[in-house]
Amino acid sequence: MQRSVIETAASLLETGVCTRVLGWKTGEFFYDVTPAVFTSAEEVRKDMVFTPFCGANLSKYLIAESRKEGKIAVFLKPCDTFSFVQLQKEHRICRENVYAVGVQCPGMSDPDALKALGLKGLTGCVQEGDTLRVDTLYGEKAVPLADALSLRCRGCKSKRLHDCDAIIGTQGKDLQTSRFAQVEALEAMTAEERFAFWRKELSKCIRCNACRNVCPACSCETCVFDNPDSGVQNKAAASSFEENLFHIIRAFHVAGRCTDCGECTRVCPQHIPLHLLNRKLIKDMNTLYGVYQAGADFETKPPMLAFTLEDPEASIITQGRNGQ
Amino acid sequence: MQRIGVFVCWCGSNIAATVDVEKVARVLSQEPGVVYSTDYQYMCSQAGQEMIQEAIREHRLTGVVICSCSPRMHEATFRKTVEKAGLNPYLLEIANIREHCSWIHKDKLTATEKAVILGRAAIAKVQLNAPLTAGKSPVTKRALVIGGGIAGIQTALDIAEAGFPVDIVEKKPTIGGKMTQIDKTFPTLDCAACILTPKMVDAAQNENIDILSYAQVEKIQGFVGNFTVTIRKKARYVDENKCTGCGLCTEKCPQKKIPNEFNLGLDNRRAIYIPFAQAVPKVATIDPNHCAMLQKGKCGVCAKVCTAGAIDYKQQDQLITREYGAIVAATGFEPISMDKFDEFAYSQSPDVVTSLEFERLMNAAGPTGGTLLRPSDGTHPHTLVFVQCVGSRCDGGEKGKSYCSKICCMYTAKHAMLTREKYPDTEVYVFYIDVRTPGKSFDEFYRRAVEEYGVHYIKGMVGKVTPQDGKLKVQASDLLGGRQLHIDADMVILAAAIEPDKSARPLATMLTASMDTNDFFTEAHPKLRPVESPTAGVFLSGACQGPKDIPETVAQASAAAAKVIGLLVKDSLTCNPCTAQPDELMCNGCSSCEKVCPYGAITYADKPFRGPNRTTRIRRVAQVNPAVCQGCGACTVACPSGAMDLLGFSNKQIMAEVDAICR
Amino acid sequence: MQVNETFTPTIVAFCCNWCSYAGADLSGTNRLQYPANVKIIRIPCSCRLNPMFILRAFQRGADGVILCGCHPGDCHYTTGNYYARRRMTLLFSLLDFLGIERERTRVEWVSAAEGAKFAATMNDFTETITRLGPNRRLEDLRCKEV
Repeated sequence: MQRSVIETAASLLETGVCTRVLGWKTGEFFYDVTPAVFTSAEEVRKDMVFTPFCGANLSKYLIAESRKEGKIAVFLKPCDTFSFVQLQKEHRICRENVYAVGVQCPGMSDPDALKALGLKGLTGCVQEGDTLRVDTLYGEKAVPLADALSLRCRGCKSKRLHDCDAIIGTQGKDLQTSRFAQVEALEAMTAEERFAFWRKELSKCIRCNACRNVCPACSCETCVFDNPDSGVQNKAAASSFEENLFHIIRAFHVAGRCTDCGECTRVCPQHIPLHLLNRKLIKDMNTLYGVYQAGADFETKPPMLAFTLEDPEASIITQGRNGQ
Repeated sequence: MQRIGVFVCWCGSNIAATVDVEKVARVLSQEPGVVYSTDYQYMCSQAGQEMIQEAIREHRLTGVVICSCSPRMHEATFRKTVEKAGLNPYLLEIANIREHCSWIHKDKLTATEKAVILGRAAIAKVQLNAPLTAGKSPVTKRALVIGGGIAGIQTALDIAEAGFPVDIVEKKPTIGGKMTQIDKTFPTLDCAACILTPKMVDAAQNENIDILSYAQVEKIQGFVGNFTVTIRKKARYVDENKCTGCGLCTEKCPQKKIPNEFNLGLDNRRAIYIPFAQAVPKVATIDPNHCAMLQKGKCGVCAKVCTAGAIDYKQQDQLITREYGAIVAATGFEPISMDKFDEFAYSQSPDVVTSLEFERLMNAAGPTGGTLLRPSDGTHPHTLVFVQCVGSRCDGGEKGKSYCSKICCMYTAKHAMLTREKYPDTEVYVFYIDVRTPGKSFDEFYRRAVEEYGVHYIKGMVGKVTPQDGKLKVQASDLLGGRQLHIDADMVILAAAIEPDKSARPLATMLTASMDTNDFFTEAHPKLRPVESPTAGVFLSGACQGPKDIPETVAQASAAAAKVIGLLVKDSLTCNPCTAQPDELMCNGCSSCEKVCPYGAITYADKPFRGPNRTTRIRRVAQVNPAVCQGCGACTVACPSGAMDLLGFSNKQIMAEVDAICR
Repeated sequence: MQVNETFTPTIVAFCCNWCSYAGADLSGTNRLQYPANVKIIRIPCSCRLNPMFILRAFQRGADGVILCGCHPGDCHYTTGNYYARRRMTLLFSLLDFLGIERERTRVEWVSAAEGAKFAATMNDFTETITRLGPNRRLEDLRCKEV
């Protein structure tokens, strides 16, 4: 896979299909993969990677990149293509400047998951089918891929690649996974338990804004939290209230637009399961207003911009389900 | 620096009895920005208003807070007051300390405390008020009526009578609509054609009315006072100006076997036809699907016989674009299809007819020349069964409509009565769920059918109609008698539910006018603004808004005309200045706001913006048309970036109120 | 939670201009009593209520927030309250998910003719909030456990 991704990228540049390639390259450690723009085939062959750690969703970068001159090729995993479509739906990407290459994805791994398995001194890693061959300072170890998967990939919703000009690997299908299991577990708790859970989790927030900055839905020209006129502007939190305000407002702002790509939780340095807030909203919208997947198509009206005369009243939540 | 004046009204004892007004004025005078604070017995009185105006001048006030009755009561009054003193009328806020305070609290301490907080909230808000100017937009003094039935004709006539030009767009070759097909009208039994055709002629002869028949609205742009409409005038292959309506071509055309729409397919017409004798405009139309010349290039009989030389086989559709100040939807109704009601054997026997078909069978200009004959064998029917509520008042909605079609009870009584009058040898049964006769002389009419004409009214529904041996076996239940009935009928007449015309839905989309779940147009207010659509400048006439009989339709048509005239007499419109306003620098161009706007007030434009390093970026940004925006604020919350704000109720203003109250 | 006799909650009621604000006016005209804790903010339509306003109110010390609008189908702007209904449903559900007492927020449809309903709603809501006591959880959500 790695080779065909790199060769595709190189040939797209060589044949002049695009002038730039948006892909991934490694940082300080091999598992520390970051998005990068390449402008020549040499650069691509030298630095570009496609490893089990290419979790980063590149679609958001297209907002800026697709407005520059010349065509840019981008490599998108199935879940990234949802964001790609959603951003187009919101008129944020100039599609004609983008050559989208869909890359089928076996699920991305999480270095922390490997460390949690007791592996130390990681030096390299290759995925072979269902197994991850990990090189460590203490020799090679084989790990079942399922055990190394990052949290969001364990609840992968779809292997379908949307709106791609070319596909590497095979086109996939939507999957039935129990991605709402953790939301349901929380719902089953008492209000006190839920409150304790979130107080513990949100107390870890350091307001680094990583979740916001990585989120493809959080791509506003100016974020409300940076806008002095919004009434909720703040940089560092002035009061304890503001972090949870931040997360509630953020979750609400992306409601109906969040594709559940899980980037927020992936990048959170404090490991707050932020995606649960989004998933809760997705689950509610699916239950109350019909199943909707942001970015699955170009036409369907998002549930927050639509209504039916028969929608349930707000009290359905406050009276209907009782966690106590 | 803000210079706020606070004026606390006693409202006689209405406020002063439970609120310590002097204390409120005193406490509020300490609020930041307040430079003047006073109380007075009646702020809305002449003396009170002068006091406010004097204070504005003397203290050079930049904002005014009046603690008084509800803004719904006197906001407009006080806006005028401050405007006369040179202050922008929107630099005024009212703290409602009467309805929301003094009248609902008994304890003076509590009420005074609350009045202070309400005053503070108003002060906090007024500090952020911006001077707003109501914009003006010009009015094109021409109206468009879509639909040329009795509703459209009446609306157009009334508008034209007031001196304004008006166009009627009718999709059929003639105006007149459903009423042309009706024989007699209830409860007076006068002939429909006799009262309708003079109106059709009036419309045709009125200098202010332009009838665009055989035409359809293709595109609508613009907003109240300034609509631009594109109309497709379909090719009728006959020059309207040359055709004299002599009808010779319609007699000579060799294509004879085409179902005649006007008689609902009960007889045939030619490929070139005039729908009926009194058609307006009385010109022939070629049906391109059946004309041999247009289909195969062979024939040309009509062109040969036409002495006026009006036939033009090369005619093309014509697109006409015109400007209008107001648009009236008068698209009317259709009886629903009987396909789903197989139990009544409509598709199995020609002797099962709908009520509208029955109208044609009774009509002197109809296929039988007004003699009631069974369509199957042309014999005289002796037993007739009328079934009411076919598709009306259906639960579940799958098969029929949930609503009452309103007109069926009365026209069925009319049919039953006319049948018995003309043919005393017939037995007439009417099966009903309820007989609904609210209307002037309606119940009397129905009782005459029962008492004088001996029509058998039976409460109950017909379960099944089976054609057998030239008869229609009708199985029905008599709910009051508690028995099953079997009637051998010669004819069964179905009172089909009515539904909005199919063209209404795409029209509503073009108009951005809202519809209910049944595709009837929604009125701006169900009780107080029944002939206006919530979209400004769009009005509703006739059955497109809901089932109606003829007098109701005409009444609504004239009401809609009055509203249109009220709009067209104005040279310009004053817009509500409290409209949505996007901050273009923050707008993502994501179209969220556009999707929730009920008025279609939001469009998008690609605009250049200065980027870093002297670069220019083209960005898609929302544009609000203040003449169309009504200021609901739906877009402000839909906007993910908070770029959309509402003037007069901005985010900052509302939050300032929240802060003042929660402080 | 113990019923606190001396606790007087702060309640913010957002009322749409056309129905509920008029309904509140009518309860005043009819002299129908409801507690002074309730302070009304006029908004043009229930769809103008940004969830941020509700959070802001809680942040600044409100103990309960209620939104009143036209009955579904009666919105002056045709569709505003339908959007408001979805937004509030999801917001309340999310707050509930965070373990915040769900009774602190409410939506009630009050027409211009329902002065009595407005007063009754406000009485009931104030009673509920008084029983719940001061709003702490939203404030406390981030406080480290001691």
